Amino acid sequence: MSIISEARKGDRLLLMGNDAIARGALEAGVKVAAGYPGTPSSEIVESLAAAAEDRNLYVEWSVNEKVALEVAAAAAYSGLRSLCVMKQVGVNVAADFLLHIAEYGTRSGLVLVSCEDPGALSSTNEGDSRPYCKMMEFPLIEPAGFQEAKDMTCWAFDLSEEIHNVIMLRSVTRMSHASGNLTAGLLPDETPTPRFDCSGGFMDQDTGPVLTFPTLVDPQRRRQQAGLQKAIAIFESSPFNAYTGPAEPELLVITSSAAHAYCREAVGLLELKDRVGILKLGTTWPLPPKLLCGHLDKSDRVFIVEEGTPFLEDNVKTLCAENADKVGIKTFYGRRNSVLPPVNELNPDLVIAGLCSIFDLEYGGVDPSYREQADQAMQNAPQRELTFCPGCPHRASYWLLNEALTMDNRQGFVCGDIGCYTMGAAECGFQTVKISMAMGSGLGMASGFGKLTQFGFDQPAVAICGDSTFFHAVLPALVNAIHNQSDVILAVVDNAGTAMTGFQPHPGTPVGAAKQPLPALNIPDICRAMGARVEIADPFEMDKTRAVLQDLMYDAEGVRVLVLRQACALSPAKKGHKGFTMNVDPEICIADGCGCNRLCTRVFKCPGLKEDPETHKAAIDEVICVGCGVCASICPSGAIRAEA
Amino acid sequence: MSKLPLKHDPYNLIITGVGGQGNVLASRMVGDMLSLQGLEVTIGETFGASQRGGSVMSHLRASNGESQSPQIPKGRAHMVISLEPIEAVRVLREYGNPDVKVIANMRPVHPIGVICGNQTYPDRDRIAQWLDDLSQDVWLMNTTQEAARLGNPIYSNVIMVGALSATNELPITAAAFETVIRQRMPEDKVGLNLEAFEIGRRMIA
Repeated sequence: MSIISEARKGDRLLLMGNDAIARGALEAGVKVAAGYPGTPSSEIVESLAAAAEDRNLYVEWSVNEKVALEVAAAAAYSGLRSLCVMKQVGVNVAADFLLHIAEYGTRSGLVLVSCEDPGALSSTNEGDSRPYCKMMEFPLIEPAGFQEAKDMTCWAFDLSEEIHNVIMLRSVTRMSHASGNLTAGLLPDETPTPRFDCSGGFMDQDTGPVLTFPTLVDPQRRRQQAGLQKAIAIFESSPFNAYTGPAEPELLVITSSAAHAYCREAVGLLELKDRVGILKLGTTWPLPPKLLCGHLDKSDRVFIVEEGTPFLEDNVKTLCAENADKVGIKTFYGRRNSVLPPVNELNPDLVIAGLCSIFDLEYGGVDPSYREQADQAMQNAPQRELTFCPGCPHRASYWLLNEALTMDNRQGFVCGDIGCYTMGAAECGFQTVKISMAMGSGLGMASGFGKLTQFGFDQPAVAICGDSTFFHAVLPALVNAIHNQSDVILAVVDNAGTAMTGFQPHPGTPVGAAKQPLPALNIPDICRAMGARVEIADPFEMDKTRAVLQDLMYDAEGVRVLVLRQACALSPAKKGHKGFTMNVDPEICIADGCGCNRLCTRVFKCPGLKEDPETHKAAIDEVICVGCGVCASICPSGAIRAEA
Repeated sequence: MSKLPLKHDPYNLIITGVGGQGNVLASRMVGDMLSLQGLEVTIGETFGASQRGGSVMSHLRASNGESQSPQIPKGRAHMVISLEPIEAVRVLREYGNPDVKVIANMRPVHPIGVICGNQTYPDRDRIAQWLDDLSQDVWLMNTTQEAARLGNPIYSNVIMVGALSATNELPITAAAFETVIRQRMPEDKVGLNLEAFEIGRRMIA
């Protein structure tokens, strides 16, 4: 049971945006949900998984986003409504399949939820997936509140069936990870029996074979266009597009998603309600021209406020150009002319600043003398840099990798990947990662570096990836490196789950999304079967692992895989359990005097360690230390001790 | 539902701390209590990468009107609850004003810059002075110590929710807390949570 399956029609709930989306899918009678974890999207699949038994759903964490969309599509072609969930980068992974599905179209409702991260609060990019909808020609909707997050998700399935195509519902961190009140609707009871009908003709979308094929492209694209026209007609009168403000505003704000709340707040705080109108759009592609022209006609000045790239802004400008005879010439404000910053997420203050610049107003936000006083205090306050958790196995793994590459003395480096271990580029990972891009790219690039030996390149390239990433995107790179005889080491930091996003299972774990038992694929066996030399070690057993790593470095040819196995410090298995009891022998630790120059606190820097301000000796922070025992291995004089 | 009196509408509460201190759960508990009483609650949270030793901040807004922006405008917090002393100062710099009230746990969590000796952590008295200078009312507590007595430092968050209840800034009662904790926690954890809430109430009284 879970809150999203327990609530009854009319119940007033306080839900996180992601849970509201999950509830909306349940109210639409969704039967299949698939996704790949990624902040800020993960809770949608988790919530549906918790409701799976109760609501008779099939929910899976797929190996990657493309496969997730394929799994969801299978259901949608068989008469079941399905949901596919990912973060913004996942849409890139799924894009090839997405293009084809948009061209062919769908049968039962298929909704793709992309939860995006403007401001990159927990991402390595500010990817905006909305242009995919324009590029591949299928509808985009964006909820602007919690009730809408639920209601629009539910409605998206009807819309998908109405126009026979996939719908993208785009959320952002400030929707997905914010919470608010909403009223629950009815949960349906029936489950249709799935059947993939392929008995009809090639162009029969409901009964024919589902194929994209050169000679079918033209008629299928025409059918897709007709669907888009139908969507436009529906959007013209959609209740999710709403205007508030005077009949003839001095400025028309056009906004969507979380930015709508900032606009409302800014207009309220600046007391501009009689001068500024706000058109909130829930259906953002394709734009409904009559609705927009009706509002554009009333104001010469237009301020577009949106999260992400100037997507809505450019589309409104195009629409204005097409309808110039009706709406006249406009002055536009937005991200393009820096009334709003060209990058980063928005907030009420940025919208306030934008409005102030348009209307030439002053706004007293933070009292200047108060701010000065606070600034003085903060001058003396330390910054809080990101670091690995106390007891994190990555700290030990990077210590060993850094040591091996430093000793090798040929400016070797680690090609990083996407996970907590990306922080191997920061001080907490001893700045061992020197190049890191997308998921799976660590080994892909290392495979390339490993072939540069032909030109005299002699820097060792070590790739790193996590266990979930290994399955998601590293496998093809591993095939590539082995087949092309690249000279690389791949360190798989296997912490027994998709740790960074909240410990979701993956193909290497023995459970599925709904905690059901599933066969676990064995990473070392896979690598061996592919022809790599494989070693397995525990990063907490530093001496043994050091020897294995050195041996792999000396064996300079071909692909060598080192699986570093130790569960995440936040894993459910370790939560609340302290490993060793750590202590420092003050007789042995003589701080700087021993010649180590505070190796443990100055270089190793685990948050569970501290330096006694008077004696300058090391000490253990009992509240923070989880007892992994690694600092006992790195202390050169044996002053730190681990007791079982 | 009859309207509850709010000192400000919307009432803007920020709960801050460091990853792993349980401030997200604290904001959910406060939100649940206010929502149960019919208020329109909006909570905005910054977590994700911040789990790994970074600052974590929840913006909670309660109103008798409509739902609010999930981010509080700068300088407009009415109350800041901080599970860590220097994080209170950090939040005040962005969201504080001379009328703000502060409840702060004075047990520091040292950033790595301090652990490795590149930066220093200001002493307790200086932080207490800054918090006093930057707020109208301030309650300094040692909740980590009290929580450790209950068996786990994580109870700090519930102790601070209890403290918030005792300030009478928001309509939060022990009865509402019990309802919410019974929804959120397994039966064997309810007693300790109620005890933590009461400890917090007494620390303010």
